[in-house]
Amino acid sequence: MISFVAEDRCEPCGACVAVCPANVFEAGPGGRPVIARQTQCQTCFLCELYCPADALYVDPDCETVRPVDPAQAAPLLGQYRRESGWGEWADVYANEHWRMGEIFARARALATPRT
Amino acid sequence: MNDPLRLEADVLVIGGGLAGCWTAAAAAQAGASVILAEKGYCGTSGVTATAGPSHWWVPPEPPAAREQAIAERHARGFGLSDPAWMARILDITWRTLPTLAPFYRFSVDDQGQVQHRGLRGPEYMRAMRALVEHLGVTILDQSPALELLTRHDGTVAGAAGHRRQEGRDWIVRAGAVVIATGGCAFASHLLGAGNNTGEGLLMAVEAGADLSGMEFTNYYTVAPAGTTMTRSMAYTFGRYFDADDRELGIHPGPDMNRALGEALLKGPVFCRLDRVPQDIRERMPQVQPNFVLTFARQGIDPYRDRFAVTLRAEGTVRGIGGLRLQDQDCRTRVRGLYAAGDAATRELVAGATSGGGNQNSAWALSSGQIAGAAAAGLALREGRGVQRIAYVAGRAGLRPSAGARSFDVGAAVELARREMGDLDKNMFRRGEDLAASLDRLSSAFAELATHGSALGGERQRLREAAGMLAAARWSKASALARAESRGMHHRSDAPASRAQFASRQRSGGLESVWTRFERQPAEAVP
Ligand SMILES: Cc1cc2nc3c(=O)[nH]c(=O)nc-3n(C[C@H](O)[C@H](O)[C@H](O)COP(=O)(O)OP(=O)(O)OC[C@H]3O[C@@H](n4cnc5c(N)ncnc54)[C@H](O)[C@@H]3O)c2cc1C
Ligand code: SF4
Ligand code: SF4
Repeated sequence: MISFVAEDRCEPCGACVAVCPANVFEAGPGGRPVIARQTQCQTCFLCELYCPADALYVDPDCETVRPVDPAQAAPLLGQYRRESGWGEWADVYANEHWRMGEIFARARALATPRT
Repeated sequence: MNDPLRLEADVLVIGGGLAGCWTAAAAAQAGASVILAEKGYCGTSGVTATAGPSHWWVPPEPPAAREQAIAERHARGFGLSDPAWMARILDITWRTLPTLAPFYRFSVDDQGQVQHRGLRGPEYMRAMRALVEHLGVTILDQSPALELLTRHDGTVAGAAGHRRQEGRDWIVRAGAVVIATGGCAFASHLLGAGNNTGEGLLMAVEAGADLSGMEFTNYYTVAPAGTTMTRSMAYTFGRYFDADDRELGIHPGPDMNRALGEALLKGPVFCRLDRVPQDIRERMPQVQPNFVLTFARQGIDPYRDRFAVTLRAEGTVRGIGGLRLQDQDCRTRVRGLYAAGDAATRELVAGATSGGGNQNSAWALSSGQIAGAAAAGLALREGRGVQRIAYVAGRAGLRPSAGARSFDVGAAVELARREMGDLDKNMFRRGEDLAASLDRLSSAFAELATHGSALGGERQRLREAAGMLAAARWSKASALARAESRGMHHRSDAPASRAQFASRQRSGGLESVWTRFERQPAEAVP
């Protein structure tokens, strides 16, 4: 579930409020996003992709709200956007999704001798 | 409350996921004015945005290759699929997907070939939004539809809903409406499926539509326990262990789900991905960036450590059932009302076997293209007919049939989630359990329809609960009537297929549910 907004990074742009498919955020004073409906979060991580400031952290646990220490999680911010090659990472990390076909084929080849 | 936002268009598309976007694009390209109403945000909402759909993709040349692909897939449809529809979606997908090139950076493989078949979800849906914006479609984000509007003659003429970030209702009058609200995942925590709650099916049935294939709702996908991450590619290399670290005989393939389900009913199950080759491990972040994310954040090295797994129920997402299509135009039983994508039954192309993995996305694209063009054609031919609008069709959760009383929405959602998710209820099916489930769901639905009522934005939650309960009832009733096993539908008390059931099964009804088998062999959709 969405865990925190890193206040020191957020330069309020409103993207997370607009794009969250579960309408979790609300724009607070100065346009700063507030996590208004945390348990409505569907743990899809997509707000992180759309946050140009890497200010959002989504905890992978979708069933319970786990306490997360923002200081400890800080080094993990932005990983999804970076590895997806979004924004400034576009020419650094290629989209290799198309390899899925060959990966499946190799898994099948590995499985065959066992059966 | 603020005054409603009132708009008019030739075509209204409800749902802005993969199918809704392809629908809106086709309707706009056919010359219609189009409004697309999306519960969340068109671009991040729906199950494509978090996945990476690989399309059913077979080149037209040589023709024998397509014929063979269709024949093979038809054989796995257990008699319920239709080869003509398969040929149609292969053709439309092949011709249409590359037209997204101005908005999606298609990859080039190691041999320099452009790869169209598989797209990464967030980028795909971002491109779909750009495409429909480019075509002049009006997008209403954060605007769940709540009910359909009908004319005196029973034809569909628009819909009404709520703009949840403005606290204001919307009413759109249109010449034709397309339901593209996706499958119903019954609040299972399936990745990206939070908005897939079945009220689109409910709205359509309230307006007179019926369904087909609702018994095929027992597909599950493995995920790390407690997470939504149903990206399952790496698990094709997986090994599974019980709590004492004894390896279980669970192997990838069509029987894996049931073997895993049996093991999970006995106790916790752990997975090791230690057979994933080194070069693939290194590439995973660029192949499936969200797959690696959950492990990194939980401090798990999935290629070394064992981790607990769960199964997430897919409902009708990578299950099969949905609105029944009446003709080649993807029209439902109701004039003016069309269906596309996972909101429609995918039996026509998938039969009784999940269409996940390639057919579903080809279907979302193709049925969207077909429905969008047909809806535009109807609206442009016959006009919007707004002067004849007579009724609001919504019932359960909007207009209680007796006195409004407090209703526990959370408990209703939990009931639907468990009835359609619990392995002993939904994966391993028995007649008496199905009948008991149906009773519980029917009482809850009746209570909601009689007394449930809410205001403003709260109506969305109530309608979602009504949608899930209704869809769960159609599913249980259909599974009960299909007293045999066929494709994904497995009855422990009737493990064999029976010739008398070798046809598609329709369902519908609100106060009471009905089901009816079609004639054999599976009827061609005219
Ligand atoms: C993890 C995963 C991986 C998959 N991988 C593949 C694959 O490799 N190949 C393949 O072919 N298929 C795959 N699929 C299936 C494929 O993603 C779906 O078939 C496809 O997304 C269906 O598109 P859709 O538009 O019908 O539904 P969705 O994409 O789910 O969109 C439905 C939309 O309707 C909106 N909506 C719902 N109710 C309302 C309402 N009341 N008012 C307004 N809007 C509403 C929702 O918010 C949502 O945006 C996968 C599915 C999953 C879950
Ligand atoms: S993870 Fe998804 S649902 Fe949760 S806040 Fe982010 S965008 Fe919204
Ligand atoms: S998207 Fe990021 S930068 Fe923009 S408002 Fe949200 S948290 Fe702040």
